[in-house]
Parts: sequence; structure tokens; C-alpha cells
Amino acid sequence: MTPAYLLKRLLMVAYTLLVVSLLVFGITQLLPADAAVTILGQSATPEALEALRTRLGLDQPAWWQYAQWLGGVVQGDFGTSMRNGLPVGGTLAEALGRSLVLAACSLALMLMVAIPLGVVAAVRRGRPSDLVVSALSYVGVSLPEFVTATLLLLLFADVWNLLPATGYVSLSEDFVGGVRHLILPTLTVSLIMVAHVSRMVRSELVDVLHTDYIRAARLKGLSRRRVLLRHALRNGLLPTITIVALDIGYLLGGIVVVEEIFAIPGIGRELISAVNARDLPVIQAGVMILAATYCLVNFLADLAYAYLDRRIQYA
Amino acid sequence: MPDSLKRLLRSPQGMIGAVILLACLVLVLLGPWLAPYDHQALSITERYRPPGAEHWLGTDQLGRDIASRILVGARATILLSLLATGLAMLIGAMLGTACAYLGGRFDEVMMRTMDALMSIPSLLFALLIVSTLGKSGMNAVLAITVSFIPGMVRIARSVALAQRRQDYVGAAIARGESSLWIVSRELLPNIAAPIIVEATIRVAFAIMLFATLSFLGLGAQPPAPEWGLMVAEARGYFFQAPWMMLMPGLAIALVAIGFNLLGDGLRDALNPRSGER
Repeated sequence: MTPAYLLKRLLMVAYTLLVVSLLVFGITQLLPADAAVTILGQSATPEALEALRTRLGLDQPAWWQYAQWLGGVVQGDFGTSMRNGLPVGGTLAEALGRSLVLAACSLALMLMVAIPLGVVAAVRRGRPSDLVVSALSYVGVSLPEFVTATLLLLLFADVWNLLPATGYVSLSEDFVGGVRHLILPTLTVSLIMVAHVSRMVRSELVDVLHTDYIRAARLKGLSRRRVLLRHALRNGLLPTITIVALDIGYLLGGIVVVEEIFAIPGIGRELISAVNARDLPVIQAGVMILAATYCLVNFLADLAYAYLDRRIQYA
Repeated sequence: MPDSLKRLLRSPQGMIGAVILLACLVLVLLGPWLAPYDHQALSITERYRPPGAEHWLGTDQLGRDIASRILVGARATILLSLLATGLAMLIGAMLGTACAYLGGRFDEVMMRTMDALMSIPSLLFALLIVSTLGKSGMNAVLAITVSFIPGMVRIARSVALAQRRQDYVGAAIARGESSLWIVSRELLPNIAAPIIVEATIRVAFAIMLFATLSFLGLGAQPPAPEWGLMVAEARGYFFQAPWMMLMPGLAIALVAIGFNLLGDGLRDALNPRSGER
């Protein structure tokens, strides 16, 4: 991994975030609604509206507003919410924390389930266990989160009455309660990724198992187990890094839906309620933060991949 | 083409996918006539009926027949998702082919921008657009289209790059054809097949995304019998009448499975090497 490669990737991240910021600002700028009217209500006097517009900078040209906004964002200042007048950054940071707990749990669960499933399917290619994994993965990628969530709720919260239906309990305040509230959301978010990643792991590993060096290792007299664990998995699992990094997009989308269904006060729920109320600063900040998360994860994944796979020499 | 069709129907994925989608096609075309009841008819006496002989899939909180609503709603859900994917495919194919053909600075800037757009998860992209344009089915379609374009550009570009080196493109350039003519009349028809395969798999995703937007209250609006919206409305009656959300939910999953299977089957059929895996 050369410094030039690192620099090139960093420049790409910067360019990406710039495009996203332009898009986020540009789209929300198209809103026909007048932000001043949204805040003060229809009955506000023209003088009050004019004063607020001046205060918010709405009478300035669009590029100036964008520059102001971007300048704030770079310093971590996302403006104030139109609904409650609180700073958006603080509210979303708190919400993001809760979302990250859910994301981390879902990722961990996904990896623990998807990799073994993919490996088993690849090793037993064409046998019943492979077919079962394949069939399940088709079902898994075809179930939207809101369907999975409602099915799980029906079974665990109603029929068997094992887990709480909705709500959020902080892990630091009540660990057991917090975990119980996290189980169903985590299962929901990870299902679609388990289905996708296990399929990818299977197909990568099947390719690797057909390479000459694996055949050579087998002919050398090494046991199947040793060939699989020491030789095949090393190369077969490497692309998983990239696949999982790209799947972060699904993960973030899934979290938005799941937080809404399970009433978890995370960044997704903030975003949906902001969309319903057309609270611009919150929408802009929320999308920016989630897109930046996606960029950061993919940047780190690229670095990890380049570091682990020495065959790749990036210019 | 008949050869690949044969290969498609011989693979289990292709076969099952084709059967599911053929059934869907029938539902889309004939849904309103097959429906046993008027999908809007309210009935106070027939509320919360579980699935049975009279109402195959039960009734909802207003006594409406769920089977009829699903049949009528098939059009909204499936056709709008197809429309969104189709539009994204057309625009993406044009842009991607142009990138591959023109290359250079245009290609570089375009692709980096598409990469940037892909860093916004589809659902968020859709939320952003719907929040601006307002909540409606057509705005959801537009949102899905826009969020799918970067991915389609990327695929079209990679397929077109391979075609770009073929002799027939060189011949067209030598004949002095314009870039627009070469992109639209020479390259596009030759990259159609692989792009359609990719688009087929994306329809599954579009259906899920559309239903999700409606579920969140940002897509189709009541009283439309859109499947995602039906699930959302059923949430309030979830414990007393679980079939109300179960049936449309399963319908969404079934159609998505159909498109996923057919897409994979098509991909294998058009690319015999990958079928051996």
C-alpha cells in the first residue's frame, strides 16, 4: 500500500462527500415550502417572517447558503431543528449512538451466521445442505425488513410472548432489558445480509476450491480440513471484506426501517420523523452522516483489503 | 436466444422463477376480474374474518376482502416497480454506454460522481427525494429510479467497454457515424441482454423498496390497495388479525423471490460458464 494510493482514496472520499453534500443541499433547496412559514406557522406577520428569513439567511443567494451550511457541517455544526429549535448535531449524535449499537450487533450476528453457512454450502456443493442454504438465502433476500420485523413480532412478542414488542432501553441503565429489546431488531436487520453474504461467501469459496493450488495441497496429502482452514478460507474469505462493506448500505437502510417499527430512538427514526415534518436541517444532517458512515467503512475496507492481499499493487 | 431459453427453463431457479412470474403476469393482467369481491366494498358484519372458504385470505378491519385487495393491488406494486427499474435501466444504459464510448475526462468525472451517489443508501436517497416532492406513489417511483441509476450506469459501462473494442464499432467510426448514432444504434442493442438480466434482479429490490416506502407512509397513500401500505395499515390490528399483514407481506416476498430466481436463472443461461458452479 503506497502513500499515493492512500492519498488517492482520501481524495475520492472527499470528492464523494462533496457530491453528496451538494446533492443533499440541492434537493432540499427545491422544496416549495418556505422554511420561515414552516417554523412560525401560517398566522405569522409578514414582519416576523421577514426578520426570521434574514436571521436564517434565507434571503441570501443559494450558493452562499450552501457555503454557510457546508462551513458549519465541516465544523460539526448542522444548524438547528425547525421543530424544536435544538441543535441538530447534538440530537443526532445521541441518536447515532443508539443506532451504532444496533448496527454493531447486527453486523456481528451476521458474520457469525453467514460465513459458516456459506462455507458449509460451498464445501457440500450440490448436496442437500447446500440446497437448503440456497433456498433459504433466496427467501432471505426477498423479505423486506418490515415483513421480517412483523413476522418476528408476531411470533416472539405475541404467540410465544417471550420478548418485548417495541421500545428502547439503554444498555448502560438496564443491561438485560436492553439486550431483550435489541434481539428482534438485530435479527431483522441481519437476516437480509445473512442471506446475501452467505451466498457471496459460497460462490467465492467454490471458485477458490477449484484452483490449482488447492488441488496441489490435496495431492500433497493434506487433510480436507487442513486444506479448507489453512489454504482455501484465507483467500476465499478475503473478498468478504468488500462485500460486507458494500452491504453497509443495506444495513443503514435496514436500520432506518427497523428503528421506525421497533420505536428505537436512533438516527433512522429521527430521519423519518424529520421527513414527515419536512424538518430540513435534520434531513440534511441525517443523510450526510449516514452517507459519510458508508464512505468511511468502504474506505477502511479498501485499506484492509489492500493490506491483507499483497498481490494487489495499487498505483 | 431459444437456446438460452431452453437452458433457463432447465435450471431449477429459472424454472421456478418463470412459473412464479408467469402467475404474477396473469394476476396483473386479470387481477380485477379474478377478484372474488369488490376490493373497496366495506362490510361491518364481515370484519376480521380469518382466512376460510368464504374469504380465502380473510378480511380486514373494514370488512374488505384481502384476496381481492391483493389481486387489485398487484398492478400498483408490480407495474410501478417495473416502471421504476425500466426507467433507471434506460437512463443508466445510455449514460453508461456514453461513458464507455467517450472515455477520458467525461468518463472519469461521471464515474466518480456515480460512485459518490452510490454512497447514499437507496432508501435514504428515496427518503430525500420523497421529502422534497411530497408523498405519493409516482414520487416513490421517481425516487427509486434516481437511486437505481448509478448502479445501472456502472453495469452498462462495464459491459459496453468490452463491446467498444469490437470491430463493428471501429467500422462505424470509420464510416464517420456520429457518437450519438454509435452509442444508441450500435452499442446499446448489443449490451441489452446482460443489462436486462441485471435489471431483472433489481426489480425484486424495487418491489421491496416501493413497498417499504409505502409502509413508511411515503409512497402509495390510503386507500390504495398497495401491498406495503396494506401491511402498514394492518399493524394496528396485528394481534387480533395477523393474517391482515401476513398475506400482503407474503405476496411481496413471493414476487421478489420470483424476480430474484428468474434473474439468477437468466444470468446463468446467458453465461454458460457460471452455470457450472
